[in-house]
Amino acid sequence: MKQLFRHTGWMVVRQWRNLMREPIWIAMMVIQPMLWLVLYGQLFKRVGAQGPSSGSYIEFLTPGIVAMNAFFGGMWSGMAMISDLDRHVVDRFLAAPTARAAIVLSQVVRAGITAIMQAAILLLVGLALGVRVHGGFAGWVTVFITSALLAAVFAGFSHGIALLMRREASMIAAANFVGLPLMFLSSILVSVALMPGWIRGVARFNPVNWAARAMRNAILYGGYWGPTAVYLCLLVAVAAATSLFATWCFRAYQRSI
Amino acid sequence: MDAIVAEELTKQYKAVQALDGVSFSVREGEVFGLLGPNGAGKSTTVRVLTTLTRPDSGRAFVAGEDVLRHPNRVRGAIGYVAQDSGVDWEATGRENLLLQGRIHGMAGRQLHARVDELLGLVGLDEAANRVARGYSGGMKRRLDIAIGLVHRPRVLFLDEPTTGLDPEARAAMWVEVERLAAAESLTILLTTHYLEEADRLAERVAIVSRGKVVVEGTPDELKRNLQGESVTVELAESNGNVEIATRVIGDIGSEVNVEGQHVRTRVPNGAAAIPRILGALDDAGVPVASVTTARPSLDDVYLHYTGREFASDDTT
Repeated sequence: MKQLFRHTGWMVVRQWRNLMREPIWIAMMVIQPMLWLVLYGQLFKRVGAQGPSSGSYIEFLTPGIVAMNAFFGGMWSGMAMISDLDRHVVDRFLAAPTARAAIVLSQVVRAGITAIMQAAILLLVGLALGVRVHGGFAGWVTVFITSALLAAVFAGFSHGIALLMRREASMIAAANFVGLPLMFLSSILVSVALMPGWIRGVARFNPVNWAARAMRNAILYGGYWGPTAVYLCLLVAVAAATSLFATWCFRAYQRSI
Repeated sequence: MDAIVAEELTKQYKAVQALDGVSFSVREGEVFGLLGPNGAGKSTTVRVLTTLTRPDSGRAFVAGEDVLRHPNRVRGAIGYVAQDSGVDWEATGRENLLLQGRIHGMAGRQLHARVDELLGLVGLDEAANRVARGYSGGMKRRLDIAIGLVHRPRVLFLDEPTTGLDPEARAAMWVEVERLAAAESLTILLTTHYLEEADRLAERVAIVSRGKVVVEGTPDELKRNLQGESVTVELAESNGNVEIATRVIGDIGSEVNVEGQHVRTRVPNGAAAIPRILGALDDAGVPVASVTTARPSLDDVYLHYTGREFASDDTT
């Protein structure tokens, strides 16, 4: 167990260090979420207030964009695994006494950490645009935890797909196929109250929606802690399930070589 | 004690029988060559011995540990330099080595000292702090070897260490391997499809063909066991003559084999056979450009034991 944690730690350090060497990636990580926030904020301005506490759509939108970002971050994180497979780095770790689970787990942890950092950037930009975190300190913490969990849910899924398909093109197709529908079947952009009935029904089972609602409770309402706790528990369960799925896919990869 | 023992290993990938009962053993401190064309089963054998792949049947021991029962003990005792580089392109040479050392349980000053030592040994000290993306093919290969050596393994697997290198880099790599074998007192299992490479580096070789070891011994032994010499006839014109020449030469020598306008055969005595071959070709009206004889090479050994030309057996 101790070895698993140590190895996961080194792998996370490795991935982070590698990402930090890509100036474009850093720019994307920082600028893209801001772009979403400003762009959607303008686009849907007329939609107006959708919450009780403040008149601005931006305050409604910010938690949604934080969720969207964590979701897409997780969804695309499997690309790193494909590049490691292509460069045979995975095989090199497998021929050494590496804790097997660390190879996949570290990717999920890395996606979670990235999501937390992006959430922090988004909240700071939001503050500048007049957003207030009505849940206070507990609200901030909730946003960070939810971001990490949502990213982990889809990082697990994404790595499973990456390990099964092992090709960038297939991975991109799968991420798009799953990504956009899940985004629109959630309350990221519009409140549940404005959704058609069937979408509202589907959204209840969508992890992206759980995260968006948990974050909205923390930022916009500063309340509903009970439902938020339920959403977080659900996210923990699904993150565990997708991580298991990724681990299972990793075993399948090991059997295939 | 033997450093590597493979017993009747089999492995099937879908329709392909990659290993069909591979058995051999490597003594401690020896440089051993697994020789064969691509697709013969060399890499699969190495993947079984390095615990990456489980065989369908058979047993294997590396550094005294059972590959199937105690894979993690085997992993701790071996270094593996795969056919395809496992270098992390986005990390520096030093970072690649440090991470590998940590995975093997090394730490602190001891690890850093070992990494410095290896960087010097493979001539990467100056490039150590540069990201590996910018390394040449030869530099990446040397880094791969250093990665395989960080934890002072007892057995080193080199899977096609010079494939994809230009001739100059290949020669340099040979010197490198010879030096490492001496400096680190290692057992080395080397796979290659270059006959000259096995001849040069390996103390003993096993020829692998279609998932089986067809013969095992020192390169000299193998060549000596092959009686006679090879005769190569170069035809002056190719149109239709190759077929006639093959038939005519086949009456005199054995193991006839054609490559372009070159027809090669094996005879007990070259000096006696050449006049007969030339006479027979002249009678058949086939003009000859040149004739050469040679002592048997590993190439001939390969042809003899597999019945196939080495190059033409190279499927991929």
